[in-house]
Amino acid sequence: MTHRLDRSLQVSALSRVEGEGAMRLVTAGGRVESVALEIYEPPRFFEALLRGRTMGEVTDITARICGICPVAYQMSACHAMEDACGTNIPVPIQDLRRLLYCGEWISSHALHIYLLHAPDFLGYDSVVELAQAHRPLVERGLRLKKAGNAILQTVGGRAIHPVNVRLGGFYRSPSRAELQELAVTLRSALDDALATVRWVAGFDFPDFAHEHEYLALVSPGCYAIESGVPTTDRGLSFPVRDFESHVIEEQVPHSTALHARLAGRGRYLTGPLARYSLSQQWLSPLARMAAAQAGLGETCRNPFRSIVVRAVETVYAVEEALRLIDGYVPPQPAHVDLIPLSGKGFGATEAPRGTLFHRYEISASGDIVSARITPPTSQNQAAIEDDLRLFAGPRLELDDHELAHACESAIRCYDPCISCATHFLELTVERRL
Amino acid sequence: MKPKLAVWKFASCDGCQLSLLDCEDELLEIAAHVQIAHFLEASSASVCGPYDISLVEGSVTTPLDVERIRQVRADSKQLITIGACATAGGIQALRNFADVDEFRSIVYARPEFIDTLAESTPIAAVVPVDYELRGCPIDRGQLLETLSALLNGRRPRGPLHSVCFECKTRGTTCVLVKGTPCLGPATQAGCGALCPAYGRGCYGCFGPATGAPAHAKKVFNLFNSGAPS
Repeated sequence: MTHRLDRSLQVSALSRVEGEGAMRLVTAGGRVESVALEIYEPPRFFEALLRGRTMGEVTDITARICGICPVAYQMSACHAMEDACGTNIPVPIQDLRRLLYCGEWISSHALHIYLLHAPDFLGYDSVVELAQAHRPLVERGLRLKKAGNAILQTVGGRAIHPVNVRLGGFYRSPSRAELQELAVTLRSALDDALATVRWVAGFDFPDFAHEHEYLALVSPGCYAIESGVPTTDRGLSFPVRDFESHVIEEQVPHSTALHARLAGRGRYLTGPLARYSLSQQWLSPLARMAAAQAGLGETCRNPFRSIVVRAVETVYAVEEALRLIDGYVPPQPAHVDLIPLSGKGFGATEAPRGTLFHRYEISASGDIVSARITPPTSQNQAAIEDDLRLFAGPRLELDDHELAHACESAIRCYDPCISCATHFLELTVERRL
Repeated sequence: MKPKLAVWKFASCDGCQLSLLDCEDELLEIAAHVQIAHFLEASSASVCGPYDISLVEGSVTTPLDVERIRQVRADSKQLITIGACATAGGIQALRNFADVDEFRSIVYARPEFIDTLAESTPIAAVVPVDYELRGCPIDRGQLLETLSALLNGRRPRGPLHSVCFECKTRGTTCVLVKGTPCLGPATQAGCGALCPAYGRGCYGCFGPATGAPAHAKKVFNLFNSGAPS
């Protein structure tokens, strides 16, 4: 054994993640002393610049928090504003929203599986290298991603920062014929999605399990995407409007994002592993069968296997999109008007990376008085750091390069979206009501 | 030796660099013609400069980023800014009309940890830029045109007209006729007139068109407040 007892390891720029972050690992006496996921992405102050804007602008503005999951921001924002105004959304509009959201899940998951995460398991630095050795595989991933983007383009107008979403629904309902064209693409995407599950199930996964409490939205009877009740796998459940009394956030010096924990319970994890563990019984029969064949049980506690869960969720999202298109009747009108009501509104949806919470306070004239946005990555940051501590501990005999690489690939398991996490609002603890 | 392509990120949402990965049909073809030398979102392998083409996403908002963009400029033969943040300060340039210390204290409990500049500025305000691609996000077709032009040693072609013309070529009925306010007449073309095709007015995410009257500029303040007039 030649390794040093005291060392400090720095990965100064994490790659194949969205946004900019770094990791610092300090060991002493052959043990991990501290791990910090440093988020240095410059802050953009969304919650501050939303103040004074009219509520109708919230979908276009919050979409810009994240180019990878703009629909998640638009949907959580819509729910919160509609909650504030006491507006009920007709089922056909809810269904069209779910279809749009399926597009984002497919596109985001395919991006993460093929372009960001799979190269780790197969020993490549990038998808370009992976394609040199396995071009048909990468082409399959790109086809799948394109199918998700096709939904976003048809229903939302464009894949990044969709233009067709507004409070109360959509500017225009796509025609049945437009969606039927999508169905052709999606039927072949289903084969690609199933092949993806089989492919990633064969990867070599490190033996690792964590014990975090899982938090996800739950909507009994269906796999929660665009709505549901925040629920944990240890029996905690609360209405969306009580989110801020259960989730406590703190600022830490090494990050422009904040750390979240559950009040009186501690760190927790949101995202695909949590969703799967809380809602797998409501997946479609085909997705459940794919999960079983891939060796997933009723829960999954190995973050490295999240790539399998994402693949299963992709199968589900493709099937769900086909089901929604099959039963599609264009909502007329395409939106309902919101009548501004002075007060607060709360919204939460399942972004590809986990639960995304929004809260707004609006005036009687419909201006935004205050805004709070809690993205999944800042909720997960404490759990990720804890996992890194556990994961690095038995691997300290690796040299710095190997250890850094192993830790970086562990971080990628969570598909962290650092651009999102940075634009995180913390009202000061003192100022919180 | 293949030309070296680098992709850099400043304050932004990642959406414009994602547009490159969204070129599902062309991505592997592009990769066959360039060496992807630095692209953190897509690759763990990073190669030192100089770079033949640098795509720059995001605006300059921190003292460190001022230094960083100077280094990128020094290392790049051609520097192309992509998207509203890089070309016009982006949505985060709304801070330029406000007090950044107040913004910092609204968002963060301990504002003293947060290092930020008072203004969000376009890249061209700090270093010279060779080409700009507008939009929030950029249009994939314009990105492909620009890359293939540069790789073939010709000048990229970009439209000089407004979104209005794109509605006409698309055959979309003018939304102004129905009384819907629309920035199309004054907005730079490039998106393909998406919003009017969905029955809403253009909201100007590509910024002011060449020749848009100076007094009309403030209507672009949401996404493009730092656009040159």
